[in-house]
Amino acid sequence: MRPASPRHHRATAFIVASVFFGMIGLTYASVPLYRAFCNATGFGGTTQVAKSAPAKTGARVLTVRFDGNVGGGLPWTFEPETASIDLRTGQTATVYYKVRNDSGRITTGRAEYNVTPEVTGAYFDKIACFCFSDQTIGPGETIEMPVVFFLDPALEKDKSMVAVDSVTLSYTFYPVRDTDRPVATNTENGKAAPDKKL
Amino acid sequence: MPNAASIETAEHSHPHGWRRYMYSTNHKDIGTLYLIFAITAGCIGGMMSIFIRLQLLNPSWHFMGHLAQAIGEADSSNMVDMGKNLYNVQITAHGLIMIFFMVMPALIGGFGNWFVPIMIGAPDMAFPRLNNISFWLLPASFLLLLISLNVEGAPGMKGFGGGWVMYPPLSSNVGHPGPAMDFLILSLHLAGASSILGAINFITTIFNMRAPGMTIHKMPLFAWSVLVTAFLLVLSLPVLAGAITMLLTDRNFGTSFFDPSFGGDPLLFQHLFWFFGHPEVYILILPAFGIISHIISTFSRKPVFGYLGMAYAMVAIGVVGFVVWAHHMYTVGMSLDTQRYFVFATMVIAVPTGVKVFSWIATMWGGSIAFRTPMLWAVGFVFLFTVGGVTGVVLANAGVDRALHETYYVVAHFHYVLSLGAVFALFAGFYYWFPKMSGYLYNEKLGNLQFWVMFVGVNLTFFPQHFLGLAGMPRRYVDYPDAYSFWNQVSSIGALISGAGVVIFLYVIYEAFKLKRVAGDNPWGVGATTLEWTLPSPPPFHQFETLPRITGSDH
Repeated sequence: MRPASPRHHRATAFIVASVFFGMIGLTYASVPLYRAFCNATGFGGTTQVAKSAPAKTGARVLTVRFDGNVGGGLPWTFEPETASIDLRTGQTATVYYKVRNDSGRITTGRAEYNVTPEVTGAYFDKIACFCFSDQTIGPGETIEMPVVFFLDPALEKDKSMVAVDSVTLSYTFYPVRDTDRPVATNTENGKAAPDKKL
Repeated sequence: MPNAASIETAEHSHPHGWRRYMYSTNHKDIGTLYLIFAITAGCIGGMMSIFIRLQLLNPSWHFMGHLAQAIGEADSSNMVDMGKNLYNVQITAHGLIMIFFMVMPALIGGFGNWFVPIMIGAPDMAFPRLNNISFWLLPASFLLLLISLNVEGAPGMKGFGGGWVMYPPLSSNVGHPGPAMDFLILSLHLAGASSILGAINFITTIFNMRAPGMTIHKMPLFAWSVLVTAFLLVLSLPVLAGAITMLLTDRNFGTSFFDPSFGGDPLLFQHLFWFFGHPEVYILILPAFGIISHIISTFSRKPVFGYLGMAYAMVAIGVVGFVVWAHHMYTVGMSLDTQRYFVFATMVIAVPTGVKVFSWIATMWGGSIAFRTPMLWAVGFVFLFTVGGVTGVVLANAGVDRALHETYYVVAHFHYVLSLGAVFALFAGFYYWFPKMSGYLYNEKLGNLQFWVMFVGVNLTFFPQHFLGLAGMPRRYVDYPDAYSFWNQVSSIGALISGAGVVIFLYVIYEAFKLKRVAGDNPWGVGATTLEWTLPSPPPFHQFETLPRITGSDH
């Protein structure tokens, strides 16, 4: 082997540097890929979205518990109207959450959600949910929001679901930032509203 | 045995004084700078570990509070809380310093720079100026880390105390709104840039600049280990860089990669961090594997057993190391099948690691063993690394990890493989190559003494932590119930003994330079077969101006 010329050196360095920048790119690509992966597989308790109810019901009955939280300083009171229901797989259920705006102004929130145990995510199908869009509530107003969902009968074939007989659906409402509302409705006593970025 | 056909010793004029080092493009001078930097940073990080152990000497103990008062961070009214914060900041800084500013600069920057070019018969690194900036980025990076310790992190408190893993939301604006975390991120950016430039340099050097006749399968194992390490760096560090950049923009520019209130996912950070973090632990230990192979071969007067198996075991460890990251995250709620995969993949790593351990033992088997100081450290390494490996296999089980996650058992495990593994290899390499680098012999008795003091000290420190972990003591806590006090006291005493070992080490260096016992080209005899032992000690400023020709069939 003859001594390599600096041209060889530059070529090698260029290739290694390209790998470096490629890995940086992959790191950023992992953000949407991770989200897509969670949506597709139910990883991390990500629930599924269904267009219609399933054709037939299954045999198992599971307890579904409901949980509601508020985060990020949003001035809301948020809770489910029913603490839990017993639901046969394949049967569609509708439950209501009640939310009240405790402040004297219009506020907008968005709900983040998941189910636990997280393996249930792949079998928890929502047909309609208030979490699919932002919710805007007037001062002191109370609204009821429905969730329509079913448990996929396919869960009965999954071995890791055998020991699971109760599922918790949890929501947390966070304030939506960068709303396009006029500043006049967005301030209280002259202070910036807490639902802007904190 | 490689035959150096001709060795040029002609001196060129080169800069003297501070310019020689500041502007250095010489791989040996830069290697020396790296070693000095690593020893300095290691003393600072080691001091922190002694403070940590002093805090844990007794239950309901306020050492950190008094320390916070002594350095002016607290007064008598808030010394308890400030002490807790100072403890958190120190465990964070201790981890980051030891990884990024001690082990990596010493093994890769120090020994890698010094001996990879010589071992492959090259006159210098491929990009000498790049080498210079690789080093000088590190002091800048270290400075940013030290600044981070002295600016606000958590409200009203100084420094970032969220652990070296930096998980959000503790590392986001929720947990540490102050600029300490931003300084830490920028510090890691610089340290990462330094390592990446170094890795590019090593890969180019090893691929393109091997001496005539030195095929890749004749290359010494230390060069192999640095090559694999460089690839791990190039593939894993960008992921850390990306993740902490996302954290930086989350904190300062309104993005929401890891903020759940705007659709981000904090768990994604853990995945990205450990996709870097797991290869990182192999980055720390692979060069140590290379050094240990040479030392055991030298002092057993036998070629290393199973050369190809040793080389490809390192490649296998590097490859499999990229697909096991979630074993750090068994408790985040992954499905059972995912956990089963990560348990299996993690245990697979024990196979190539076992190949290495058994090959070291087989190298010693039937050899004419001389227990000089480097050999003591190397045998100590094999023993302690194996203990740490066994507890690693225990922790690989997702079921067992449910009980041991975030306990002192984990602390004991990773200190056995890193603090006792990588650091013992560092000392082994230092004693092995010190005569070559300086031209002087160290004091054999003092070297032996340091080994035994350290061996007793670190085992006393970390072995009891297995018991504490099995008894359920969580890690990262500033205090503990009385039930844990006995083994904590033993552990703290061990830390003080280890500290004494480091003092002996510094004295060994001082003594060697003071007495100037001339080492000669090869103080280790016929067992030392790699190219550096064909050069004078210390080697000339420029070596191999006529390239050596490798003709033998050995490695």
